[in-house]
Amino acid sequence: MNVGLFIPCYVDQFYPQVARATLTLLQKVGCDVHYPLDQTCCGQPMANSGYAHLSGGCDANFVRNFAPYDYIVSPSGSCTLHIKQHLHDANHDTEARHIRERVYELTEFLTDVIQLPGLTENPLQATFPHRVGLHQSCHGQRGLHLSQMSELVAAPYSKPRQLLNMVAGLELVTLDRSDECCGFGGTFCVVEEAVSAKMGKDRVADHLRNGAEFITGVDVSCLMHLEGILKRAGSTVKVKHMAEILTATL
Amino acid sequence: MNQLALDHPDASTVFNKDEARVDWHDETLWFVRTKRDRAVQQIPEWEQLREAASQIKNHVLSNLHDLLIDFEARAIANGITVHWATDAAEHNALIHRIITEAGATQLVKSKSMLTEECHLNEYLTQNGIDVIDSDLGERIVQMRGEPPSHIVLPAIHLKKSDVGDTFHKHLGTEKGATDPQYLTEAARQHLRETFLSRKVALTGVNFAIAETGGFVVCTNEGNADMGVHLADVHIASMGFEKIIPRTEHLGVFLRLLARSATGQPITTFSSHFHKPQPGKQIHLVIVDNGRSRQLGRPDFRNSLKCIRCAACLNTCPVYRRSGGHSYHSAIAGPIGSILAPNLDMRQNADLPFASTLCGSCSNVCPVKIDIHEQLYKWRQVLMQEGYGPTAKTVAMRTMATVLESPRLYRLAGRVGRGTLRFAPVLAENSLNPWYQQREMPAPPAQSFRDWYINQPKP
Amino acid sequence: MTARETILANIKANQPDLQPLPTQIRFQTMYPDLAKQFADTLAFVGGLAVFVDDYAAIDAYIQEHYAGVTGIATTLPELAHLADFDLDITDPHDLAHLNLAIIDGQLAVAENAAIWVDERQLPHRVLPMITQYLAIVVRQSTLVANMHDAYDRLTVNETGFGTFISGPSKTADIEQSLVIGAHGARGLTVFMLE
Repeated sequence: MNVGLFIPCYVDQFYPQVARATLTLLQKVGCDVHYPLDQTCCGQPMANSGYAHLSGGCDANFVRNFAPYDYIVSPSGSCTLHIKQHLHDANHDTEARHIRERVYELTEFLTDVIQLPGLTENPLQATFPHRVGLHQSCHGQRGLHLSQMSELVAAPYSKPRQLLNMVAGLELVTLDRSDECCGFGGTFCVVEEAVSAKMGKDRVADHLRNGAEFITGVDVSCLMHLEGILKRAGSTVKVKHMAEILTATL
Repeated sequence: MNQLALDHPDASTVFNKDEARVDWHDETLWFVRTKRDRAVQQIPEWEQLREAASQIKNHVLSNLHDLLIDFEARAIANGITVHWATDAAEHNALIHRIITEAGATQLVKSKSMLTEECHLNEYLTQNGIDVIDSDLGERIVQMRGEPPSHIVLPAIHLKKSDVGDTFHKHLGTEKGATDPQYLTEAARQHLRETFLSRKVALTGVNFAIAETGGFVVCTNEGNADMGVHLADVHIASMGFEKIIPRTEHLGVFLRLLARSATGQPITTFSSHFHKPQPGKQIHLVIVDNGRSRQLGRPDFRNSLKCIRCAACLNTCPVYRRSGGHSYHSAIAGPIGSILAPNLDMRQNADLPFASTLCGSCSNVCPVKIDIHEQLYKWRQVLMQEGYGPTAKTVAMRTMATVLESPRLYRLAGRVGRGTLRFAPVLAENSLNPWYQQREMPAPPAQSFRDWYINQPKP
Repeated sequence: MTARETILANIKANQPDLQPLPTQIRFQTMYPDLAKQFADTLAFVGGLAVFVDDYAAIDAYIQEHYAGVTGIATTLPELAHLADFDLDITDPHDLAHLNLAIIDGQLAVAENAAIWVDERQLPHRVLPMITQYLAIVVRQSTLVANMHDAYDRLTVNETGFGTFISGPSKTADIEQSLVIGAHGARGLTVFMLE
């Protein structure tokens, strides 16, 4: 299957290792992966700030870059959700719809399309012998339904957890609040700096209290925010995106 | 009670100066959320109940006109006097008139967020009517001259030492006393006097039943009942969206309300009023105050389904860490943030941005209001109406120009990383809000794209 | 235009197209032991359930637990001898010094320990709230599982006022510390009569 790799703008610029791990991971499971060279941004920063009416140019560029692919896969729950819900191009309506239907966040692509956990042979052969806290990024969880939500009376499930269970030596810690928001929220992180930082500090404290050595999740935005707080506190705890853990070897 | 002085970000910054207190406020409200969770997990059909309630309310919004006419006719036939008020001013004047016509100068009130919205207490006080709020939390904030900070738990922002100080000042309780049992007993005695002496009592309306022309008032304290059954005149203030079609629908709503609000299976009292006591009066005031305007907004009308349970406040990580007063509005939290802009866009343009759009609120809402989606949509409306600061609009236009152009995007990325690598002080300073409490991300020499184009192609 | 006309006109202009009511609004709840569920839930909300075979047992219980208490009233002829206060008064304010009121309940709901009383059980609407302590006698045969069942059996406007009472009055308004006995009764005992 031919996959267009959609790398969020801030991952491209600040966390290229996550993009490289995503590429490696998708190739490992047998995808024919291409990175469209002229991609920029999904437009979410403007849209969430109330300026969705300015994101037409980003939308058009996105459609131009990603229309040719069977699947569009991204190591980001929030960017994927944004495209899924908001991508429109009046001049290329069919292509836009195709993309909305075929855009996937990385972990759901691996569980739902590749059906990785069900495969008899584990192609990952990943090892990560550490205590890991799973941060459940809100847009991935509540928007893309990557895992069950604590508010609902419904059967538990978790796509990220299914994948992490395939990693040798990895021990998932139990958090006090399994799915509270980290406080990044896009421009919220600077517009409401006091609350944003406090939310991040509380998330970090939960992970630390429960013995996490690494914090992982499906969204680099959340991890970047938590990392900023960890580094300011001089902590040895590090953040690692799911893709990095799923391709980790000794 | 004017906190319009500070917008949500500034008010929250002040709130967060006392981190220990924020932790306490956050944990207290999270505790209420966990009680809610425990209660709802015992109801296997919980999600279906929510769906039923949501659809009943969807029907109500689409049939309000006829439902209200039916309701009014039956209420009148029951002996209830029905009044209509287009706005807060009319509501307040009406209530004032009813009180003075009853020959009274005093009022005892149970909880009504509608009357908070209309600033009734202030109006009546200015017009020579003495008002006492009988809900314990409301009485506490009334004594302190503050508005409530939560729909259901008005004094949740106060510690027992705060309450102790207030009661010492106003009720003469022992200085330094903080035992909730002792303080509640003092309030009980004080308010009992109020109930026994006041001739006019006001309540809110949780649900009005079109089928029977009656209405329901839910309390834990019994204060609504104590007030009205001992009074000659019962005034009930109702937002018109509180109407439901049939009595049997109460089965759905009363199973959802208290569990969502506090984790109780039902409130202590769920009082159904149909007729006044012989020789006494019931006046029902049906209020618009911007509700019909909200009804006309297709993206936002569902906010009128709200049954005022406050589950969204309890679950909101932002509300828990900023406190109700930061929302400078009668109703705080997520639901407040989608109701308030309808009342005044300029005043409340900050509220839909007091959110990370995490979506927890929509999940706990018993009537399935799409709160987080409405927050997003209000942002678009407010910015397009021009309520964003000019600097923001300029910044957004610049961002759009850069981000839609592959060349400019790559250039901006190179410059950004370069700055962080070679002149970090330009970002690592007190003018950068990110940097207040977080380190900047480490800047790599190459972007992913730089690395990718240098890879050997198969 | 009057306020009424203005409001109704605005509503009519702004309300969306008619949406139907849902078909499923009643749900079944199965408890293995209805009475036990009621009793456990009543305890959870701060009340006490006492299982009795007859009025003599209620009599004995009250004589034991409220020995020496004055200001007792009841609507139940079977327990009239316990009362020293006559409810045949005109002004409900005169109930202010009532310490114990014993009434009966029409119907009890297991899922939330709620008991329905209306003006057929209440000679004065304020009776269950103004008394310091409340006791309600309920026949186990009137127990239903959930609120849907309750509303099925009740006619809420049979009289001018009715209420569901679940446990004693309470508040947690002071730092979320639960205090039983706010403005209504400080304690509720429910006699579950065979």
